[in-house]
Parts: sequence; C-alpha cells; structure tokens
Amino acid sequence: MKIAVCIKRVPDMDVRFKIAAIGNAVDEAGLKFDMNDFDSWAVEAALQIKDRDAATEVVIVSLGTDAVQETIRKALAMGADRGVELKTDHIPFDGLAIARALAAELKDGGYDLVLFGKQSADSSNGVVGAMVGELLGLPLVTAISKLEISGQKGSAKREIEGGQEFVEFPLPAVLTIDQGLNIARYPALKGIMAAKKKPLEVKPAQLGAQTVTVTQMELPPERAPGRIIGEGVAAVPELVRLLQTEAKVL
Amino acid sequence: MDDSFYFSEQHLAVRDTVRGFARDHVAPVAAKLDAEGKFLWDNVKGMGELGLLGVPWPEELGGAGLDLTSYIIAIHEMAKVDASHAITISAHTTLGTSPIVKFGNDAQRKRYVPLLASGKVLGGFGLTEPSAGSDAGGTRTRAEKRGDRYIINGSKIFITHGGVGEIFVVTAVTDPSRGTKGISSFILTKPTTDLETAKQIGIGHDESLPAMKGFRAGKKEDKLGWRSSDTRELIFEDVEVPEENRLGNEGEGFTNFMQTLDSGRIGIGALSLGIAEGAYEQALRYASERKQFGKPIADFQGVQFQLSDMATEIEAGRHLVFHAAWLSQHGKPFGKEAAMAKLFCSELAMRATTKAVQIHGGYGYTKDYPVERMMRDAKICEIGEGTSEIQRLVIGRHILRGLTA
Repeated sequence: MKIAVCIKRVPDMDVRFKIAAIGNAVDEAGLKFDMNDFDSWAVEAALQIKDRDAATEVVIVSLGTDAVQETIRKALAMGADRGVELKTDHIPFDGLAIARALAAELKDGGYDLVLFGKQSADSSNGVVGAMVGELLGLPLVTAISKLEISGQKGSAKREIEGGQEFVEFPLPAVLTIDQGLNIARYPALKGIMAAKKKPLEVKPAQLGAQTVTVTQMELPPERAPGRIIGEGVAAVPELVRLLQTEAKVL
Repeated sequence: MDDSFYFSEQHLAVRDTVRGFARDHVAPVAAKLDAEGKFLWDNVKGMGELGLLGVPWPEELGGAGLDLTSYIIAIHEMAKVDASHAITISAHTTLGTSPIVKFGNDAQRKRYVPLLASGKVLGGFGLTEPSAGSDAGGTRTRAEKRGDRYIINGSKIFITHGGVGEIFVVTAVTDPSRGTKGISSFILTKPTTDLETAKQIGIGHDESLPAMKGFRAGKKEDKLGWRSSDTRELIFEDVEVPEENRLGNEGEGFTNFMQTLDSGRIGIGALSLGIAEGAYEQALRYASERKQFGKPIADFQGVQFQLSDMATEIEAGRHLVFHAAWLSQHGKPFGKEAAMAKLFCSELAMRATTKAVQIHGGYGYTKDYPVERMMRDAKICEIGEGTSEIQRLVIGRHILRGLTA
C-alpha cells in the first residue's frame, strides 16, 4: 500500500501576530514555523500503518516556497520515505488552486490513501482535503478521530455534535484527520540523520487560476478591561444581574 | 542565535526533538522527582528511544551518528527544563561511554557501547575518591595484577549513576611508584540497584553483564540539587577484573581521563547555560505577567535591567559553549575554550537563577515555581567535573604557556 500525506508549514500559533504593511497578510518576520498539528497526526497515522508493515511507502507532499523543505524533512525524520515540494512563490489563499496542484501531483501516483489534516492552523479553511477528494473522484471522509485499515477497506470514526459516527469506505480514499486520532512521534535522532539521505523532489506547483484573494486583515479588537463591582456575598446579586443584562451570558 | 553559523537545519531539528520531549515528558514530572529524590527511570527509556543516550557515537555502535554540536544542543536544551535529566545524558555519554569509545579496543567497543548508546543500561565514571578530588593524582584505589587478572580494592565517591548504572570506567593505581603515570583504567560491571524497576520498564539491566563480586554501590547522597540524578559511592572489595577489561595500556589512565574531562567541560558548560536560560525564560514570563503598582514589573527599569543583563550574559555563554564545541568538532585545540565555557556558564547559572528567584519575589522561594529548583541545581555546576578554581588553573596554564612560548 502506498500512502501520501499532504502537509502544510504554518507559523507557531503561540505568538502575538502582526499584520504586514501590505495589509492582507501576516508579518512573517521573527515568526517560527512548524508542521501544522493536524497534519502531524496525519503523518503519524500513515507511519503507524507502515509500522505494521501494511504500507510500503509513505510520501510527503507540501506546497509552498523552498522553506517547506524543512517541514518535509521533519516528516522524513519521523519515518516517511520521500518528499515532494510543489514549489510556489507563496502559499495562495485559494483552496481550490492548492487542491488542483495537489491533485495533479497525486492522481497518477498510485496512492491507496491520501491523508490530510482536517484544517490548517493559519488559514483554517478546512477545504483542501475535501476538494482533492472531489478532484480525484475518490471516497472522502473528513475529520476522523479513529482509523482502521484492513486490506482494501477502511473504517473510521467521526466526532459529530452530540455523538459519534462510524463510517466504512473502500480504498483508494482521501481522509482528513481530526485531533485525538494519535499523538505524533518526535523525530528520533537516527531519523534526523536518515532524513538527510531520503529523496526530496522539487517540482513547480500547477496552481492554475486563483479566484479568491484576501483583501484585508485585522487584529481582533482589544478586550475591554474588567470591572470590580464589589466584594463578598453582598456583590453577588449585582454580579448576577449584570451577567444577565449586560454580558448576557446567564 | 538560530541563524548562527554554528547550527545547521539538522541541529535545529535535534533541538526541536529534545525541546518537545522536555516540554511534554520532563517539565510535568521534574518538580515531583526533585521533591522525592527519585531517579528518572521512565524518561531514561524515552530518551534512549529517541537516541539521546548515544548522540555522538557511530551508528554501527548503536549511536545516533550525529556530531558533537548536536550532543551539546541536547544537553543544553534538556537543562533548560531540568538539570537532573541533562546530567543523566551528559554523565552517561561523556563520562560513562566516551572513554570506551575513545580508548577501548574493538572488542570492548563492540561489547559495551551498543548497550550504553541505546540506553539499555546506564554507565558512569569512577574517578573522584575521598582523598582525591581536584587532585585526581591522589588516587588510592589499587589494582594489583595477579596472573591474567587484576584485584581492585578501594572506593570512589560522588559517582553519577553509581547505583542505577551497570557499566563503569574506574581508575586505579597499578604502579604506585610512578605517580600519575601509574594510574590505569578498567571497565567494571555490576547489576543496577533498581532491578525491579528495570524489569518493569524493560531497560536498565542486561543479563549478559557479569556481576563482579565485591563491586557494589554504597549509600545514595542526599543532595541540594540534581536530586533526581543518582549519586553514590562505589566500593571495591577484592574485585577480580579480567585483564581484557583494562582500558588502554597500563599507566594511561591519567592522561585518558584528563582528555575525558576536557571535553566533558563543554557539556557541563552547556548544562549550566541551559539552567541559566531556563531560569531567564521563567523570569521573563513572570515579569511580563506579574503586576505591581498597576503595571507589569517588567516595565520597571530595576527589573528590566536585570533581564537585560541575564539575556546578554546568556548570549555570551552560548558563544563560548558552541564555539568550544565547534573547535573540538573540527579537530582544533579546545582545552582553554572548554574550561572558559564551563567556568563562565556555571557562574552564570548561579547569577541568573539567583536573579530569577529575586524577580519572582516570594513566589520564587516556593516550590510552586521551578526557579528555586534551578537555583539549587546550579550550584553543583561550579563544583562538578572540575571546580571553578580548577578551571581558572587550567585557563591560567594555557594563557601563561602562551606568554613564555
């Protein structure tokens, strides 16, 4: 079985962001980047299948500038076999353009499984995996939190509002991964050594037309400062009244 | 300093792995292990699996096959979160394993290094004795040749992994008439003192290593810091050691351990730097959150200047440590630079942790924050693997040699 995992390089979310001077993008100066968390669980899922000898090859695909090579190599250090960079001068916002470029790369690859994180931490569109499924004409299951593959069949669990959903699908299939499926491994030091020697192919991304663009970005408004209305039991009635009438949370 | 020429993308990848492991597996247990003085067995297993217990050794000997800088990064990164974990890596690798890698013959390397590099068992180094500390030439432990074996008698103190470890490189006098040239080193083995735990977690003990009769660990030290690292006495009573366990030729023990200590100083420098940096990061966060007189205390110059001084000294320390590592890795002389890195960073660790406690105020003095542990962990860095006084002697020797040449 051959598995492709599509990963995205995203900024570390644990920082205060600034908007770049052009007004429609984040200022990347000083930001740290890493693999999108959802994507790291997709990589882990693929590697777990490989660890059971159920997969022969795990291929990592990432679209972006040459900086994505670092992220691809992290996945190779975790244990994936080879990487493909679909080179662009920037990652477009248009999910369909990205999906077309990925589908063009994946369609003749002979993959039995194509895995995605369910969304990226930066743009949070959550559409690329689904669009690739559509473009490839393959069964698609999104946001799975449990996965079993046996032979040419798979089953998965999805967390839905107020319950869980169990689904079955034939391979080949496209899946997007939710939190809770697994905990991604750290690249072991031997893996980091080995990653240097693994193939990483660079190809131009076939993005095609981009129809959706970001025109402007704004930071969330500053929160109003808190207010102390009194102390002790005496203040409770007034607090409850304000929570009901002003904050409208009760 | 990520963009510095000292670091490749691969080095940063190593750092990220250690950083992730330290954040997820070390930070949550460090305070508890410290309070209970318990050895960090569970994490030894995790560190072994990641390759952190044999970073610089070749892959054919079971190591990760990475360079010295990667190894130093691992110690530094771990020490930011917990010094006991960092000294476990350092003492096991530099003191316990490197003498066998560097001075052992092929058979010895193949026999012992894979067990150590994989973290299957822990190693240690027996040098210090009750009357031979800074003056390692004062070694009293005696090894007398009898036929094809040596009989070893004596004791060592303050030995990291003395109890938990199984493979030890130990120095002993083979020829008392020759002073330091009469000291040799030997590989000794014994079962770990934590056999039960070892069986449970599946590492820490190897059946194939002989339990040498008369070789045992003594009492465990109750220490100010590094409390979840295992420090004990080693006792030798008529221990029979086969000749094949001698490391190198007779009389080479002293020069060999001087070399081991030389490179060990870079590691302790990195460990000290890590403690300083960990304390600084804590202080920086606290100062930006803690409000007094209506604003974060970091807005007050009195606090800000302390943070600025810490940051500047840490940056200087990084250059000393990673420059010494770079020199060593490129086969250049590094003895002076290693001693300088160890001296500067260990004293920095004391200054930085003391400041970090001060910035935390009363909270810093409690066990609710990690900075008091870091302050306790810092002190030994000025003592272990050569006191600051000895580092100054080493540096003095180097600079005076330059004058007279």
